[in-house]
Amino acid sequence: MSNNGLKSGSNLEKVLKAGHFAFTGECGPPKGANVEHLKEKFEHLRGVVDAVNVTDNQTAVVRMSSAAASAIMVANGIEPNFQMVCRDRNRLAIMADVLGVYALGIKNMLCLSGDHQKFGNHPQSKNVFDIDSMQLIALVKKMRDEGKFLNEDDIDVPPKMFIGAASNPFGDPHEYRIYRLANKIDAGADFIQTQCIYNMPRFREFMKKAVDMGLTEKTYLLAGVTPMKSARMAQYMAKMVPGMDVPEELIERLKGAGKGNQAEEGIKFAIEQIEEFKEMEGVAGVHLMAIEWEHKVPEIAERAKVLPRPQVD
Amino acid sequence: MIIADRKSLAEIQDMIKAYKKILLVGCKGCVTVCNVGGAKEVGILAASLKIARKKDGNPIEIDEKTLERQCDPEYVEQIRDVYDQYDAVLSMACGVGPQFLSEAYPGQKFLPAVDTKFFGGAVQHGIWEERCAGCGTCVIHYYDGLCPIARCSKSIQHGPCGGSADGKCEIAKDVECIWDTIVKKKIEQGRLEDLRVIRAPKNWTTARDGGPRKSIREELVQ
Repeated sequence: MSNNGLKSGSNLEKVLKAGHFAFTGECGPPKGANVEHLKEKFEHLRGVVDAVNVTDNQTAVVRMSSAAASAIMVANGIEPNFQMVCRDRNRLAIMADVLGVYALGIKNMLCLSGDHQKFGNHPQSKNVFDIDSMQLIALVKKMRDEGKFLNEDDIDVPPKMFIGAASNPFGDPHEYRIYRLANKIDAGADFIQTQCIYNMPRFREFMKKAVDMGLTEKTYLLAGVTPMKSARMAQYMAKMVPGMDVPEELIERLKGAGKGNQAEEGIKFAIEQIEEFKEMEGVAGVHLMAIEWEHKVPEIAERAKVLPRPQVD
Repeated sequence: MIIADRKSLAEIQDMIKAYKKILLVGCKGCVTVCNVGGAKEVGILAASLKIARKKDGNPIEIDEKTLERQCDPEYVEQIRDVYDQYDAVLSMACGVGPQFLSEAYPGQKFLPAVDTKFFGGAVQHGIWEERCAGCGTCVIHYYDGLCPIARCSKSIQHGPCGGSADGKCEIAKDVECIWDTIVKKKIEQGRLEDLRVIRAPKNWTTARDGGPRKSIREELVQ
């Protein structure tokens, strides 16, 4: 703990600790070294979110490294939530990167296993998975709180990270998901960002269990929202994305909006969700993943009444 | 046992295109059991290669021999008298075979006719599946005899990952999510608490990551 009682002192941590309803966004780095493109994407999020997730070779497609893109964000006065997957690096590289990004001013990180490379654009590659996301969480906590590497050697200036983890309330086996979340909290997750939620009844049930088990007392849980751009996108996600639960009613609702109005209907649904999450017991905020739709985030934030973002010292 | 698949005829033909006379060596071990490199398959491959070469107007002479095991120096000796009578020797054993032969007969060229795949068994006639990754430190007692190191696509020790759906792995609908099976078994047996444990990162020094491996049984070493 740092002397102000904060683990990392990140803006996201301060907002959550002060009891505000957090609002985070997401930005996928460019497929190239195009810094202007990256800036254009994250500038839409300035002042609109508390932190911006920077994806790490998301869906196993090569992009500018999340570390570099996060550092560019820091240099431009926007707080990143650096994502790290276990697919592409062993424990040496993981610890080196955690120290490196902390040295560059990054204070939040999201610990993930990573999509299998079979989905991506280099399916012939060798994967690493030296450790998994659970062990990554525990490792970053050890580095931060004990000031030790995995081999127990001392770290000269430990990385004070605000440690995040992901949870998929809709993965199978359904009844086990809450226990896997509990394990991630035990491992050291300070905050959780969930997979995109579309099935609200199932999510309410999941949250009730989380509250009953006392999990939301031990971590900050941010509900994942991805606005649908069209009925086709909803159908694609329902069919093609493993572990995604898109109810038929939502697809019908988007179709019913008619051509030209489906994106607006998708945004409306997302806003209704955010309104409900604000009131839902145990939900500490929303993580808005507007995939390749960063320019829509200010409008969604405005209409969901989460602006202005709190300033916490 | 070790499971292998035969290489395509085209790949083997390309490998031996410069040779006029070869020895094709099978193995009575694992590759016989998985129907890829025993005496029967040696006969079929030799006939196929000879027919193909004859058709090309470039006939090849192929002698056949199937050893008890190619992974044992005692049986590797069985070709001592003949090995140098050929332009090359094509082995139908797993990847161990051509190497033991190579080491025993440095003057000859040894080529693989099969692709060695994994440690596994037949789940039904004609279908073999992987079961063991040979990581050198067995941990399946934690998982009721099921191995996530070999059978989870990400080898994770705390599954299932977010990509598990309907008991299937995110990489393909015909791949079982072993973590789904592990978890369901624990739930059925009322032992879910076994999975409420954060395990230390695995020590991979006993796996291939620790370099080429050796097993020494002192009492047997003469």
